[in-house]
Amino acid sequence: MGLLEIKNLHANIGDKEILKGVNLTINPGEVHAIMGPNGSGKSTLSAVLTGNPTYTVTEGSVMFNGKNLLEMAPEDRAREGMFLSFQYPVEIPGVSMVNFIRTAVNEKRKYQGQPALSATEFLKMMRERKDLVELDNKLANRSVNEGFSGGEKKRNEIFQMAMLEPKLSILDETDSGLDIDALRIVAKGVNHLRNSENASIVITHYQRLLDYIVPDVVHVLYKGRIVKTEGRELVAELEEKGYDWIKREQGDL
Amino acid sequence: MSVEQPYIDIYNQMADKVKAQSSAPLNALRDDAINALAERGFPTKKWEDFQRSDMRERYATNYGMNLTQFNIDFNPYKTFKCDIQAIKSHLFFVVNDVFYSNDQKALDEIAALQKQGIVAGSLRQVAKTHPELVAKYYGKAAKWDVDTTVAFNTAFAQDGFFIYVPKQVQTDFPIQIINVMNGDLDMMATSRNLVVVEEGAKLQLLVCGHTSKKYNYLCNRVTEVFVGQYGTLEMYKLEDTEASMTNIGSLFIEQQADSNVMVNEITLKNGFTRNNINVELLGEHAELNLCGMAIGDGDKHIDNHTFVNHAVGHCKTNELYKYILNEESVGSFDGKILVNKGSQKTEAYQSNRNIVVTPTAKMYTKPHLEIYADDVKCSHGATVGQLDKEALFYMQSRGIPEAEARMLLMVAFANDVIENIKIEALRTRMHMLVERRFRGETLVCNSCTDHCTK
Repeated sequence: MGLLEIKNLHANIGDKEILKGVNLTINPGEVHAIMGPNGSGKSTLSAVLTGNPTYTVTEGSVMFNGKNLLEMAPEDRAREGMFLSFQYPVEIPGVSMVNFIRTAVNEKRKYQGQPALSATEFLKMMRERKDLVELDNKLANRSVNEGFSGGEKKRNEIFQMAMLEPKLSILDETDSGLDIDALRIVAKGVNHLRNSENASIVITHYQRLLDYIVPDVVHVLYKGRIVKTEGRELVAELEEKGYDWIKREQGDL
Repeated sequence: MSVEQPYIDIYNQMADKVKAQSSAPLNALRDDAINALAERGFPTKKWEDFQRSDMRERYATNYGMNLTQFNIDFNPYKTFKCDIQAIKSHLFFVVNDVFYSNDQKALDEIAALQKQGIVAGSLRQVAKTHPELVAKYYGKAAKWDVDTTVAFNTAFAQDGFFIYVPKQVQTDFPIQIINVMNGDLDMMATSRNLVVVEEGAKLQLLVCGHTSKKYNYLCNRVTEVFVGQYGTLEMYKLEDTEASMTNIGSLFIEQQADSNVMVNEITLKNGFTRNNINVELLGEHAELNLCGMAIGDGDKHIDNHTFVNHAVGHCKTNELYKYILNEESVGSFDGKILVNKGSQKTEAYQSNRNIVVTPTAKMYTKPHLEIYADDVKCSHGATVGQLDKEALFYMQSRGIPEAEARMLLMVAFANDVIENIKIEALRTRMHMLVERRFRGETLVCNSCTDHCTK
């Protein structure tokens, strides 16, 4: 059984249907890339999986770890091991990074029946994981994402991922707005956290990030459906030819 | 019969007795005050400054008045602990409307301050021992033309706290006054406070309001504050009372040139609260920082009314009030800053920001500036909104439960008012109290025997 099994998933925003029957299975140890032109539903898929209340699921099922994901509150999905690296991380003035991430880590531990970390254990863990993405010490004492540069925000996402040790990470356009150095740091972090127990979904437009985070499977999402699934060689093909040939295959051009 | 009439009758019966046990500086104004009340009545919602709080309605309840000023059998030093008492301070109590000096600790504190040249203690006592000092200031700042609850107070008040910090003197520790209501019946407390900070002097003052029992109480407390040139006053006001409490407080401040005043008013838990703050900036380069925060739930009512008069130029006002309203609570902010003709180079900033957590809570806000000078920097604004949904989802997506996420956002919202507190121990304490308040935990700490034996 897969870690994540999506069957015939349909989802709306308001009255507008965005996902029109997505099927996708992800096994532990795999990295899947989801590519596709703008507006094809890539970000919607990640929002639906993490329980964003803006979207309504109208049909289909999603099993995560053998549990019905769609019945779970967003926080329970997270505590079951789902993680989204936001395309646009949210600034939360007045809530310090330390307080935020400590609450998150301890909530997850509580859910798993483990005791809360002591202050020393927590700080040690935080120091190690922060170094992984070369996040400045000072950022830890600031409000969540407030005044962070674009690169810092994305590195902060990967830092949180390292702290929460998810089973499934969804990286939603994590490469957008990153310069090449930041991209390398982010990719290094993601690769470091990769193991045979967990899996990732990398949502991107470009080959760039996939040069660093090498996917096992590549999907093309178009008009709310996965229309093509191949090996990593598909990335190069898309980079070279763009999406027009896919649109043509779908009878749209 | 009108709401006012029983009080006027009581005054007519009791005035001689009240005057006999009080003294000249306080008595001088009583008859005029009761006449003003008789003539105009208590403020109603038709009065411009009272659109959200009907005072006549509040006074309609038949409360007991302690006009003979007898001390009730209650020693706050032994039984009452305020939640911020952990801070080192000179501690005094006003029980209902009587300054409590029946415990040796109160006398010791008075003596300790006296050694530093500071006169502190019961207004009633000081008006007898230093009549010229009290007469010089009493009733000089408090005005009842737009607020007849001040007239009511002036007619009946006999006691409260008095603090006089002479030129260039500064206290070693903050002075803390705890107003506590205690009595086994519904009753009213009418107290009067006077604070004088002379040229170059400095005072940190904490004023807390508590109830130790759950009867219906009405408090009417009028405080007059005079800050001389280069004088500094930090005044922290905390209300932590019960739903059965009506709290009507008026604070009048007069600031001379180069003085610096901060008022930080936190309504943590209350019943029906109306706070008036009136500040007169009378000398150039005076600075005022006025901030407040209110947390409402249930059917609580919190009304802050502020008026700042820039009588001269080159002064600065910074005003920030924040409300977080839950359930059916009602908040009102009515703030006015007046920049007079000729008050050039004034800087005045006013901001009121509110979060209405539930659809049934209500916030009324009326920020206003009236400017008659042309070379000033002024701004004012208000916002009313909900908790940031994106931030809530972001936190939930990290495994933080919704309720906890809401709490973190509310605490964060309140943070910048608390960060204005300059006494570190108080700031830390206040962070904790606010968090506990949002978590719905009891505020008064375990050390309080009075609460915890119930």
